[in-house]
Amino acid sequence: MSGTPTIAIRAGRLAALKGLGLVLVGILALILPLIAPDPATTGMAVFTVMYVGLASAWNIMGGYTGYISLGHAAFFGFGAYSFGLLLNHLNVAPGYLPFVLVPVAGLLTAVLAVGIGWVALRTRAATFVIVTIAFMFMLQLLGENLVKLTGGGAGLALPYSHDWGGGFFNVPYYYAMLVLAVLALVISWSIRRSKFGLGLLAIRDDEDKALAVGVPTRSFKLTAFVISAVLVGMIGAVYGYYVTYLYPQFAFDPLIGISMVLMAFLGGLGTVSGPVIGALLLEPAQMEFAYRFGASRLYLVFYSAVFLIVILLLPRGIVPSVADLVHRWRRGAAGPTTTARGSREAVKAASP
Amino acid sequence: MSLLEVKDLSKRFGGVVAVDSCSLTVPAGTITGLIGPNGSGKTTVFNLVTGFIAPDGGEVHFKARSIAGMGPDRIYALGIGRTFQLARIFPRLTALENMLVPVRRAGLKALLSRGAWGHEKERAMEMLAFMDISQVAGTLGGALSYGQRKLLELAAVMMAGPELVLLDEPAGGVNPALLERIAERIRELNRQGTTFLLVEHNMGFVMNLCHEVVVLHQGRAIAKGNPREVRENPAVLDAYLGT
Repeated sequence: MSGTPTIAIRAGRLAALKGLGLVLVGILALILPLIAPDPATTGMAVFTVMYVGLASAWNIMGGYTGYISLGHAAFFGFGAYSFGLLLNHLNVAPGYLPFVLVPVAGLLTAVLAVGIGWVALRTRAATFVIVTIAFMFMLQLLGENLVKLTGGGAGLALPYSHDWGGGFFNVPYYYAMLVLAVLALVISWSIRRSKFGLGLLAIRDDEDKALAVGVPTRSFKLTAFVISAVLVGMIGAVYGYYVTYLYPQFAFDPLIGISMVLMAFLGGLGTVSGPVIGALLLEPAQMEFAYRFGASRLYLVFYSAVFLIVILLLPRGIVPSVADLVHRWRRGAAGPTTTARGSREAVKAASP
Repeated sequence: MSLLEVKDLSKRFGGVVAVDSCSLTVPAGTITGLIGPNGSGKTTVFNLVTGFIAPDGGEVHFKARSIAGMGPDRIYALGIGRTFQLARIFPRLTALENMLVPVRRAGLKALLSRGAWGHEKERAMEMLAFMDISQVAGTLGGALSYGQRKLLELAAVMMAGPELVLLDEPAGGVNPALLERIAERIRELNRQGTTFLLVEHNMGFVMNLCHEVVVLHQGRAIAKGNPREVRENPAVLDAYLGT
């Protein structure tokens, strides 16, 4: 094929460009607190990176298998509360030590996720969505009513370090969130490229067919669900430690659950980079919006508008749509011979 | 010896008896046809044998091992593959990825590693070439023609090397030229050692391809034999013509 070398060079250049972009974004993320040290910016950065992690973690279940959980805030809140209780009951001194204990909150979340997943994954499609929402509200109610354990509506206080005053306070949490976001991305990326990930995508496309070709759908779905939940739980733990005070309605906030879904949808469901792009676009915009219009909750209108635009104009999300454009551009630029030949082959094969 | 042995298999849906103590055998190395009028229970038998629905009664033995009540993924792992009516493939995966889904890998490490991809892709490409559809390896399943989907589904189910393959209407909705190609590929795979059980309405296709034919009527196997015997069996004519 005459066009092949050109395409190969273009593909190589594109991969190099991607790699370079990734390195630049990585460096920027690492030095951000140095170049923009004011607390307003670092505070926004903590939440933005938190949502990068949340959306990526949610995507492992929702994007790859197509099982849309709107109740992942259950794991977020559970991670936060279990971490808070852990710190309080073990009298852990505030500072850097609690960050080391974050995986324990992840482990506890795993136990919960196995239980919830066991039940919820007996359903499919819309029923699954509703069951996950129901579990989220059940946990919120437990948080409100198990007063002896959680403090109920009065809230749960977490220890915090008095040494991290002023401009520095956000920085440790920023890096903790960054570590978890990178962890979620690495896991998402390696699943996407594994046989396990291929099985998840097969489940998304046609679950019964996947069963027929030997994909153990039940255990695959449950595994993806638990991995996704554990990451969300650990992020919730760092969130709890950051905000230092937990209330059931804010830790088990349906909006947190919906935000991560919206970000994954906006960026591109089932892609590795999509949720990252969705979170980087939406979270700063939402915080800016909330900041400008105060506590009016007008940002909810903004959210629904974004949701409508995504569904109407970009139903597949940014990343797949842009990838399509690039692909078309590359094929067009490679010369008409390639395309003509491609379509000829397609026609030939279609009518044997 | 029979590879697959179905004995007194029954399944009812509410008041409808779909399969009524049906018994049939599929000898190893054969291409066996399962025919019968619409609603005679052919697809239900397929769903029972492959574990998609649980039987109300009766036994299914594969290589002398009872498999009734097992899930589809386990039955697939034991060596029974199937295709569906109207060719089901994964529309948002490429043809090559469609081929890789059925590949068996044992253990957690293998599931997460990427080391074996190269070898598996090579085998997948060979199988696609065998079906004459290697040119669409990079095309999304949803963009393939119906004929290509049929060939891809058959190619993919062969990837785990099943001993027995159940084909649900392999000739359904396919033009005569492609029909001949599908028949020829099934014959070749059979020569290489795969046993087939197929449901089909196209009698010419069945009579041409099958070594043995089982006739189902109202959920029961009413006749069996080689194609010529079955064609001349008066009970079969009754079932089809309703005299």
